[in-house]
Amino acid sequence: MTLLEFSRGPMLHFALFVFVFAVLWRLISTFMLGWRKRKSEWRTTSGSSAVKGAIAVGNRSWPHPEFLERTAFGEAVGYGYHIGLFAIILLGAPHVIFWKNLFGISATWWPTIPSGIIHVISVVTIFLLLIATIRRYMHPPLRRISNFDDWFTLVILFGLMISGVMAVFGLGGRYEIILAVHIISFNVLLIWFPFSKLMHAFYILPARFFIGYTHAKKGAST
Amino acid sequence: MSTATQNLSGAPAAEERLSPSEREERAMSEFAHHFGAYTATNLESCIHCGMCADACHFYIATEDPKYTPILKAEPFKQAYRRESGAFAPFYKLLGLKKKVTVDELEEWQELLFDSCSQCGRCSLICPMGIEVAEMIEIGRRGMAAAGLAPKALMDRARHQAETGQPEESEKPYPEVLREIGKEHDLEVKLDKDKADILVCLPRTDLDQNPESVAAMIKIFDRLGADYTFRSDALIAENYGYYAGSRGLQKRITSRITDAAKKLGASLVIVPECGHAYTALRWQAAEILGERLPFRVRHVTEFLAEQLEAGKLKLSKVNGDTFAFHDPCQLVRKGGIMDAPRQLMDAMDVDLREMHNKKGFSFCCGGGGGVNDLESAKDLRNRAQTMKLREIDDTGAKRFLTSCSDCRVSFNEAGENQDWNKKTESLIELVATQIKE
Repeated sequence: MTLLEFSRGPMLHFALFVFVFAVLWRLISTFMLGWRKRKSEWRTTSGSSAVKGAIAVGNRSWPHPEFLERTAFGEAVGYGYHIGLFAIILLGAPHVIFWKNLFGISATWWPTIPSGIIHVISVVTIFLLLIATIRRYMHPPLRRISNFDDWFTLVILFGLMISGVMAVFGLGGRYEIILAVHIISFNVLLIWFPFSKLMHAFYILPARFFIGYTHAKKGAST
Repeated sequence: MSTATQNLSGAPAAEERLSPSEREERAMSEFAHHFGAYTATNLESCIHCGMCADACHFYIATEDPKYTPILKAEPFKQAYRRESGAFAPFYKLLGLKKKVTVDELEEWQELLFDSCSQCGRCSLICPMGIEVAEMIEIGRRGMAAAGLAPKALMDRARHQAETGQPEESEKPYPEVLREIGKEHDLEVKLDKDKADILVCLPRTDLDQNPESVAAMIKIFDRLGADYTFRSDALIAENYGYYAGSRGLQKRITSRITDAAKKLGASLVIVPECGHAYTALRWQAAEILGERLPFRVRHVTEFLAEQLEAGKLKLSKVNGDTFAFHDPCQLVRKGGIMDAPRQLMDAMDVDLREMHNKKGFSFCCGGGGGVNDLESAKDLRNRAQTMKLREIDDTGAKRFLTSCSDCRVSFNEAGENQDWNKKTESLIELVATQIKE
């Protein structure tokens, strides 16, 4: 079995198993901790609070203008690399083929972005990730609260992005080896995901909903 | 002397005898009480973006990263990951999450008490929607359980739970209240057996702002309300809440709720005090574990209701310009967004809004018991400087607020910085403008 076959065969399957099982475990463990029934006299009904909770899920994506002066740069960088990563993963032609093969589906309607544009997006995304990393090190509060989770996640992301760009541009040695490194990086990301801050991809929905819901019940700011 | 040493040495006998491991166990047990799904979701969601620092007046004023709000909740986060998180057994087995030690708790005391006024601005900026302020509040509860809450707050909480007032006063507060009534030629309705409304007062107003107390009496008299003050439930502040002690907060809360029940009151009025509002409006039912058989309203809310019902008539103020400080616990966290402005509109107040207003208002710097901590004086002064500048930037001549604790904070800042404004009470202004 070659390294490439291993990376997209047994290792990928193992990584997917860990990802699915551990993500579900973490989410279920969180929500099984129990809910305290609140007894205060609320300003709004549960129904309208739930609507406000749902609105908060979307609203929190856009910062309040009062804070923008201090946070605009960090938010722009954050949004930039998130959008870049999503574009590459979901709309880059090689990845779309990968997903179709992995899940055994044929979605001919799924769009792809021309490879030239994806290349530019990839380079820009790496650049933005680099800025985010430097900022994490240079910005005092960010540096103070950063831990192994933050730095290791960045290492994996850099490994994944750089190996992907090297594979596309034929840099750094045999294509099969570089591609195998790229897929191995992805597998490591899948395994690391449930144990790390990457879980924010799932927690973002309930966390935003809860603050929207509970604040609406009190009539407080959301 | 470190804050921790200072407080440990001054702690009462029972808590002095606690060994470090007992303190750790008590903190952990209190933390565990709060390990529910809602809190866990908050703790699991942090992406370490550091944006909460950009909302915190203590960080903005000092640029010291230790004041990053989510960092203040770290002992609680650590305890959760080790004891209750999805992978807790795994973390414990491999020693990846260390037990929260007494040394860490002592180190965090300043961050949880001196440098957090529980204003909740950080909860608004968090892109994940984490209720950061609540996580810090739980941190305080763990500290109180471990006997590591600041002595200044714990002593007052104990005293208030025992006697009804947070500390000895030259004269008992009911007597102070009677004297204020006499001085202003007002009849003080004290200790009636039955009344529809129970009215509480801020200790700080009884001590420092008797005109505000007189204003409350005058307004309720003019409205013809069936109300009373009660000697056994006079003080609105809840030092148990400030100190983080669930037990003491419950006992202090019960003083008011029991008195209201005995009176058969349908309404309890919280005076101009933000944290008293949070403690009674949003936490009393939760901490007592029962629905309250009466409504709780802040005095501005009640007066806005009276205004809408046509029972309160106000005359217009003269042409002065005013700035208004939105107290965090009433507005951002309490949901009283419109009532103060409805009252000001009714008096035709020429309001010059601050850049950060309503839910986004910066804290006065002294809430959450910070005003009571000598050790926090320098820090709160730095935060207050920023706030005073924002008030001055409005160009307004006069300055109003609707929280007595905020007034204490602004008065201190004003004295320290030779500020040219006096902090006025919105209720006093209403009392001045109330029509016969």
